Amino acid sequence: MPEQPCGSNGVQMSRIYLDNASSMPVDFRVFEFAKPYLMASHGNPSSLHSVGLEAKQAVEESRRKIAEFIHAENENTIIFTGSATEANNLAVKGTALRNIIQGKAIIASAIEHMSVINPMKEMQKNGFSFTSLSVDSTGVVDLKKLENILTKNTVLTSIMYANNEIGTIEPISEISKIVHEKGKYLHVDAVAAAGRIPIDVQKDGIDLLTLSSNDLYGPQGAGALYVKPGVKIQSVLLGGGQERGLRSGTENVFSIVGMGEAARIAQQEMKQESSRLLPIRDKLIKEILKIDQSYLTGHPSQRLPHHASFRFSYIEGESILLNMDMYDIQVSTGSACSSKTLEPSHVLLAIGLKHEEAHGSMVITLGRSTSMNDVELVSKATNETVQRLRKLSPMSQEWRK
Amino acid sequence: MANVGYSKKVMEHFMNPRNVGVIENPDGYGKVGNPVCGDVMEIYIKVKDDKITDIKFRTFGCGSAIATSSMVTELAKGKHVDEAVKITRADVANELDGLPAQKMHCSNLAADALHEAIKDYKNRKQKK
Ligand code: FES
Repeated sequence: MPEQPCGSNGVQMSRIYLDNASSMPVDFRVFEFAKPYLMASHGNPSSLHSVGLEAKQAVEESRRKIAEFIHAENENTIIFTGSATEANNLAVKGTALRNIIQGKAIIASAIEHMSVINPMKEMQKNGFSFTSLSVDSTGVVDLKKLENILTKNTVLTSIMYANNEIGTIEPISEISKIVHEKGKYLHVDAVAAAGRIPIDVQKDGIDLLTLSSNDLYGPQGAGALYVKPGVKIQSVLLGGGQERGLRSGTENVFSIVGMGEAARIAQQEMKQESSRLLPIRDKLIKEILKIDQSYLTGHPSQRLPHHASFRFSYIEGESILLNMDMYDIQVSTGSACSSKTLEPSHVLLAIGLKHEEAHGSMVITLGRSTSMNDVELVSKATNETVQRLRKLSPMSQEWRK
Repeated sequence: MANVGYSKKVMEHFMNPRNVGVIENPDGYGKVGNPVCGDVMEIYIKVKDDKITDIKFRTFGCGSAIATSSMVTELAKGKHVDEAVKITRADVANELDGLPAQKMHCSNLAADALHEAIKDYKNRKQKK
């Protein structure tokens, strides 16, 4: 592989970072905006003196920005947490436990993030009945089945706005109608969708919604849960009673302030950014699918504008990732070899892929730094990677025979 | 996950694997699957006077699986089959300057494939 020239800051100039679903750089404007709260204005929002007040005002301003970002009724609907995982835990456990008298049934789609599925499983140990809602081969939830499994005892149904591994966007408005016919609350994990497609919690009929700071180009260490006025929920983290008693613990002012600003910028630029990325994404998909035995995973059109995900027969994803990294292109994969549990991604299995098919997955998520010029390099690198690994693979030989 | 923590040597073998391919009419053939994550590795050997004169592999698996199979073929090449059969997964991992803990099972695969190929060779020899 040719040596890549290095920039003065040590970051390689020709790096093509296409793993924006895992971690995104903090927007420089966001950092500049929130920086004072790392240093000078280091107040605790609970303190009554002026420094504390300043911190409190900054947190409240951020709350307003986020409420606006998702078209919430008012800013009091926004509960800051330390991460999206925490927000998902709060949504699941907090509503299930608070509404236990109404019923003990909960539902989540089979492609939810583990921070939804695992708390649901834990609730199961506490006597709740948990049903996993299947999806079709493109990742769209089965609406008929949803209708059938909902009962008046279903206190919570959790379905994500869009999936981070396959990019599929779920029909949330329709889902909301179905859920509210019989069940109680709809929780939507919008981590992957927020900042990519417009979200309107009131129009969409959402009761609870999870957001992540980092997925909006904000700093890590902040997440938020939207809780519609009137929704009954209890805290899962007890202490000093911050965030209306729903999330105790001193607020991470810097990250929260950054998250608000990130949401404001995302809201402002989303439309333009999405229409910029769409043609790049589509060209990339077109080029990569020219590779023999390559397939798009997820929905062909109902998908996030920055998202392209594939699978290639006869090769394995961690090898793909390492090989792409040699071209200084960063991608991700749902292969078993790359996961801590050595299990293939539950999302890929849920859309009906076999173990060995899920093995060859590659996920590309474009970001603000992606340009049309990258398409040629990326598709060429992908093609070379796939060809090289197939030459090493015993499976491909069998297929050629 | 380029940061799984592979050594330079692992990456070098991953990028430039030795002895890739197939041997037509091998004297021994071993194929094993990884029960943990579902990968497949195969090794072909050519043997003369009980010495491994040529060896080739093909692997469907992670970076570590590819690097360990490459390394095992290097270690076995030129060795007497009774010596080669003693190569362990620890030998393979050591020669690669170590493997991350969660990737040690891949080196099993490489050693097993070699052992299978040698076993196959011995079986064929007996039948002759
Ligand atoms: S072969 Fe799957 S983890 Fe190494």
